[in-house]
Amino acid sequence: MTPLLQMHGIAKDFPGVRALDGVDLQVRAGEVHCLLGQNGAGKSTLIKVLAGAHQPDAGEIRWRGEPVSLTSPTAAVHQGIATIYQELDLVDGLSVAENIYLGHEQARLGFVRRSTMNAAARELLVRLGHPEIEPARELGSMSAAGKQIVSMARALSHDAQVIVMDEPSAVLASNEVANLFRVIRDLTAHGVAVIYISHRLAEIREIGDRVTVLKDGRTVAADLPARTTPTDQIVALMTGRAAAQVFPARPEPGSHDGRPEVLKVDGLTLPGAFHDVSLHVREGEILGLVGLVGAGRSEILETVYGAHRPSAGRVTVDGKPLAPGRVTAAVRAGIGLAPEERKSQALLMHDSVARNISVASLGRYARLGFIDRRAELLDARKHSEELDVRPADIRRDVRTLSGGNQQKAVLARWLLRGCRLLLLDEPTRGVDVGARAELYRVIRSLADSGVAIVLVSSEVPEVLGLADRVVVLREGRVVREADARAIDEHTILDLVMKGSAA
Amino acid sequence: MTEHSGVAGQPPPVDERGRVEAAALETAEPATRRTGSAWARLGEVRNLGLVGVLLLLCLAGVFTKPGQFLSVNNLVLILTLASIIGVISVGMTFVIIGGGIDLSVGAIVAISTVWATTKATQSFGVWGIVFTALCVGVGCGLVNGLLIAYGRVVAFVATIAMLAGARGLAIQISQGRTQTVTTPNQALVDLGYRKSYVLGVPPLVIIFAVVVVLGWILLNRTTFGRRTFAIGGNPVAARLAGLNVQLHTLMLYVLSGLCCGIASIMLVILTSSGTSANGNLYELDAIAAVIIGGTLLSGGRGTLVGSVLGVLVFTTISDLFTLNNLSTAVQQIAKGLIIVIAVLVQRRAEARDAKT
Repeated sequence: MTPLLQMHGIAKDFPGVRALDGVDLQVRAGEVHCLLGQNGAGKSTLIKVLAGAHQPDAGEIRWRGEPVSLTSPTAAVHQGIATIYQELDLVDGLSVAENIYLGHEQARLGFVRRSTMNAAARELLVRLGHPEIEPARELGSMSAAGKQIVSMARALSHDAQVIVMDEPSAVLASNEVANLFRVIRDLTAHGVAVIYISHRLAEIREIGDRVTVLKDGRTVAADLPARTTPTDQIVALMTGRAAAQVFPARPEPGSHDGRPEVLKVDGLTLPGAFHDVSLHVREGEILGLVGLVGAGRSEILETVYGAHRPSAGRVTVDGKPLAPGRVTAAVRAGIGLAPEERKSQALLMHDSVARNISVASLGRYARLGFIDRRAELLDARKHSEELDVRPADIRRDVRTLSGGNQQKAVLARWLLRGCRLLLLDEPTRGVDVGARAELYRVIRSLADSGVAIVLVSSEVPEVLGLADRVVVLREGRVVREADARAIDEHTILDLVMKGSAA
Repeated sequence: MTEHSGVAGQPPPVDERGRVEAAALETAEPATRRTGSAWARLGEVRNLGLVGVLLLLCLAGVFTKPGQFLSVNNLVLILTLASIIGVISVGMTFVIIGGGIDLSVGAIVAISTVWATTKATQSFGVWGIVFTALCVGVGCGLVNGLLIAYGRVVAFVATIAMLAGARGLAIQISQGRTQTVTTPNQALVDLGYRKSYVLGVPPLVIIFAVVVVLGWILLNRTTFGRRTFAIGGNPVAARLAGLNVQLHTLMLYVLSGLCCGIASIMLVILTSSGTSANGNLYELDAIAAVIIGGTLLSGGRGTLVGSVLGVLVFTTISDLFTLNNLSTAVQQIAKGLIIVIAVLVQRRAEARDAKT
């Protein structure tokens, strides 16, 4: 049988970089084809070639065996290739139906035929197993999961034969992921092919049929069975080296017992997010918070940090009570936050690495308001070297750095400030597999230097491998506290899922 | 780690934000900078581009009106006309880099000049006039800042309300009349006359220069300036880094109000009167100058030198057209074209940034 889509020897140059350097990809009708690769391996560029947004410099694309050229996004859509991007490209102010038919409205003489369009939209939503979504509803009021369904309905409205999904699970909670998988299975049962991109190996094992691995703009492996290929082999293919021990050594259990408590949280409550949460972290200790998205993990960090004002409860840092709801007070007390959305919440993207590091400590370099820029630069350099931020030139714009190095710059900011307590919200999000181990090492060495750390991560193995102690949250309440070595992933998943509908 | 440390104990210069300096860095260390097309580099040295435009305009002046354009009188006139909008543009540059906008500057100038020239104010003498103008300017800025920073009103809305309200109040106070500066306060008006020129430079131009220099230092050498860039570039990140975003935003509008107060005094000196018609459409001239000077309307990036050049470009155009007896209509068209071209160049620079 001829594959539905064949790409052969695809190359794409950007000024100064070869983004794709001979990619081969074959996708059969009705399969879930997984695309794996580190950040920068060329996945995004390949998707954009498929979507008609980039034109390849070399190579051939065949559709049902016939050569085609996808000269524009419209051409790709007409051919039957639809792409669901990570940042969903929907318009919040329009209705569900208007979003589905955006650009190919059901219209006569320029007038939108609202009822026809709504009816057609409803049909698509039913086909996706979501009859409860009202086509006339305004999109902005829907959850991320709902928006994703709308994106898929839009793909189907174009009669897509191939749907490309770029990290679709990144915005979803785990029960929503289950629903996404149900929809994907239904699509493939009807002969639609799905190209599925995700960093999460567990998902690929569950939903995928075959795997293609990209590295440095080339296909390094194709036609791997998704369920049975050993993880070691996949990681080795992606990184080009054997999967070594990624987590740094931990101190013995209980070795922090005698050390002072840096953070103590008592009965903290933020209505609608979490209730009566109590926890503590000692000097040099890493505490991991696990739970589903929406279990209140990030909100707890943000409340401790003063970004939300709790309705009840107390936070003490080094024995002193912290004024609630004030970030400046938290920073003064020695707390630092590395937020979940690095680019939008932590970094000054227009600024240099040095300025990103010094921004929280500017007062130290000021005399009558004037900045001693030499001292500032020297200190910023010292801390960026300490964490091995690369490239080493701290005058570079921070946006030119990779995700892992940007995260290091954020950590260096708090290192320079000299903080006692670091709150890390999804520190490895968007950081590729190879760079994660390095980040783990940095986090552990910060703890060894006496900083107390609270770690939030959606990836349970990461928390279990890195933290000393784990607090498990479900629906905003603490359900278990345990030594990280005394609890396994299965137990945690049991705990967080119990009572939920899934 | 040694490749960038330079001579021991002598760290290399920090990127100054100024496009000019950025360009200098680029030539000094080509290895650490991105390469780009000639177009892209033109964007990088946008201020130099503006200097070029200014030179072209001067050449046009020299060729069309050789005797008149280069005369001392004309050059002094250009600088004097530039000085008032120039001072306002300094405040506007801070506000826009900080991620805001101030549409009320013209109206603040109107109310400040009116309030500073009422009979009651004038009875306190020259310093009474100066003090009142500054206080009214700062007060209006304070109201703007409180509404925007603490009342969470969008800057566009809050300052447009001030635009309407302040000018209305100015009309109310002056009852639509022009209030001239009385004889006892003649000393203030005298500052506008030739006899007060210092080495041939009018006091107004000196005030302008001082404001620009102080503004440049504030923006590029102090924590206040650094925080302005941070807050405009990414307000969320600035807040989570522990900066007091609300207070800083308030201060930005107060600063803009202060600049309006200073500009009001200058306007009273120049016209020896105060009227509610003063400062009409100054907001547009100031914003236009800031934007063609390379400051991003979205905040987080910009230079004061660019804004000053922008003001000079606009004033020189006006002067050229007046010298050549061309209608103000043509003059407006030329201004419009310059704004569009400047923004298009800026867009290219932004697009280039987005790619990296």
